[in-house]
Amino acid sequence: MIERSYEKYFRQNRLPHLWCPGCGNGIVMKAIVQAIEKNHAFTQDNTVIVSGIGCSSRASGYMDFDTLHTAHGRAIPFATGVKLANPALNVVVITGDGDCTAIGGNHFIHGCRRNVDLTVILFNNNIYGMTGGQASPMTPLGKKATTAPYGSVDRPFDACKLAEAAGATYVARSTAFHVQHLVKTIEDGLNNRGFSFIEALVQCPTAYGRRNKMGDPAKMMAWMRDNAVMKTAWDKLPDDKKTGDKFPIGLFYQAQAEPYDAAYSHVQEIAGGAAQ
Amino acid sequence: MKSEFTLKLERCKGCGICVTFCPKQVLALDTLGKVYVANHENCIACGQCELRCPDYAIFMDKVKKEAAK
Amino acid sequence: MSAKLMQGNEAIAEGALKAGVRFFGGYPITPSTEIAEGMAKMLPKVGGTFIQMEDEIASMGVVLGASLAGKKVLTASSGPGISLKQELIGYASAAEIPVVIVNVQRVGPSTGQPTAPSQGDVMQARWGTHGDHSIIVLSPWSVREAFDIAVKSVNYAERFRSPVILLTDEIVGHLRENVELPDEVEIYPRRIPKKSRAEGYQPYAPDDDLVPNVANFGEGYHIHVTGLIHDETGFPVGSPKVTRESIKRMHEKIARAEDEIIEVHQEFMDDAEFAVISFGGTSRTAYEAVLNARKRGIKVGFVRLITIFPFATKIIHEVAKNLRGMIVAELNFGQIVNEVERAVKGQCPVKLCAKYDMTIFEPEEIEKSIDELVAEVSK
Repeated sequence: MIERSYEKYFRQNRLPHLWCPGCGNGIVMKAIVQAIEKNHAFTQDNTVIVSGIGCSSRASGYMDFDTLHTAHGRAIPFATGVKLANPALNVVVITGDGDCTAIGGNHFIHGCRRNVDLTVILFNNNIYGMTGGQASPMTPLGKKATTAPYGSVDRPFDACKLAEAAGATYVARSTAFHVQHLVKTIEDGLNNRGFSFIEALVQCPTAYGRRNKMGDPAKMMAWMRDNAVMKTAWDKLPDDKKTGDKFPIGLFYQAQAEPYDAAYSHVQEIAGGAAQ
Repeated sequence: MKSEFTLKLERCKGCGICVTFCPKQVLALDTLGKVYVANHENCIACGQCELRCPDYAIFMDKVKKEAAK
Repeated sequence: MSAKLMQGNEAIAEGALKAGVRFFGGYPITPSTEIAEGMAKMLPKVGGTFIQMEDEIASMGVVLGASLAGKKVLTASSGPGISLKQELIGYASAAEIPVVIVNVQRVGPSTGQPTAPSQGDVMQARWGTHGDHSIIVLSPWSVREAFDIAVKSVNYAERFRSPVILLTDEIVGHLRENVELPDEVEIYPRRIPKKSRAEGYQPYAPDDDLVPNVANFGEGYHIHVTGLIHDETGFPVGSPKVTRESIKRMHEKIARAEDEIIEVHQEFMDDAEFAVISFGGTSRTAYEAVLNARKRGIKVGFVRLITIFPFATKIIHEVAKNLRGMIVAELNFGQIVNEVERAVKGQCPVKLCAKYDMTIFEPEEIEKSIDELVAEVSK
């Protein structure tokens, strides 16, 4: 028995999901299917969900589409193959901060560069959750992890800036607290023909919050509420106010550029194989 | 009552997100750590609970005025 | 049919295309680059897709994605590139995705000797990726056979839904021969589901030949593909029973077709007291060495492994029954010789003729080994 129309996008027999109590991944997974529901070009038969390895990447197993749970870091290459082999398919990638920016970092920037028509949603929990709380390239400075017991000294990536610099044509950030904003952000990403990148901040109470004394899941979400600043307001904020934990959310970048499948179709035209 | 709740307790992991973000303290966790509706009369049908439930365990429907009588 | 002068690498590209490959992902590396270059030129002419990826891992990932979306796929590399591909060769094995990987072997380990031939990746071809898995490995000795084996590799990949390694070497890859290629070849089509979702279709339920008919993406089946051990539904299961049955089936689907898959080229074996076993480019020299030795009155036969894995254990065991000794000639420190010894089971002496110095065998080197073996067993 489903209560809401978006639930038809879940494999009901696979629920409840395996994520810890209070994990933000479930919120983002719901936001994705709600965004898909709003886009009539995306059906369960013509949409493929591709994920890597890690907590967030388990989402593909719960979603009732053709789903591809790949190897660690490799979701974007697999997704690129799916899209180019059959450009009629819509391809959504679910990845995590370790999956996307550490082991999959090279694939990430090259996916952006080629402007492959993918919507990549990075669930950023600032930690390797599945393996028990090791530091990722998006663990903030000073935060503790099992592999950074005295606080991380590795300078973190800003994945949105990275995506923009590498050539993505839609770059935005939201959080598990700002649910309606998150849905709209993903919806706009799905609508962009090209490489769309959405960073969704999620709370990991088990492997990150607890070790860093951030309180229960709700407190971690309240932290998102209190520190996220909409891009328009952020831009007006003087530098001395952009302090502490404050961070911007919203649409950072959008551009028109030919997606890779369209660009390659010109190659096929020149070579004489377009009709086949 | 302004609202009607559907709880799927087999999905509830007792994280407390709905309890905390409810502006009217309508919800609470029972001794087994599952959500229950403690003060239904206070509910203003804002839907914050359902919005952020990571486990799709709580659904809130607004009750239309006539039907609520 | 039309005669054409071409390289082994070009013939592989031509063969793959003829067999229906419509997607290639690759990364430049000597001495396999001509395959990527050939595909870059030819694929868009037939409506196919070529993409140069950021690295070898991505090259494997992109072809696996394309294969799942319904295309027949190929990738090619050498040396360090093949090492990088191992991770996702295992994925293809576990998730049963048809893919052909060409390895144009060069001298290793590491960067080694990038432009020089070797056959040092034989055991890597069998065991390169982690975990128990089965695989098919084929090796051509001529340009024309490179074409035929490319066709066969694509067909096997589709039929068994398994990675197939086309294990060639710089000798054959860069060899130029005048060849006549057929206009038509036999093609094994992509397997398709035999049931609808309503009829209870399970993507990883084995067919009679133990191979599952996994649907392509976009056909409405809503399948789940994972590298985790999974049951017939495709979803991961953490049980000993499913793990055992899954690993066993993936071995048996190839093992039960061994008699068909295993091809061994034998000549001069009727009266042979000795034999030279070899494969790939080395067989060209071995053949000449055998001819020369026979001219000198030594009854030596020629055995060439076309299928490297599954290994021709039964055939080699039978062959050894009638021999006084065997030479294994390979362009490495000694790899396939261990498989041969395992098959021979001590029925006759097995002597290794190994070379690992950038250069290919001279017939005299193999002849010398033959002479030594003859002397040793005649003591």
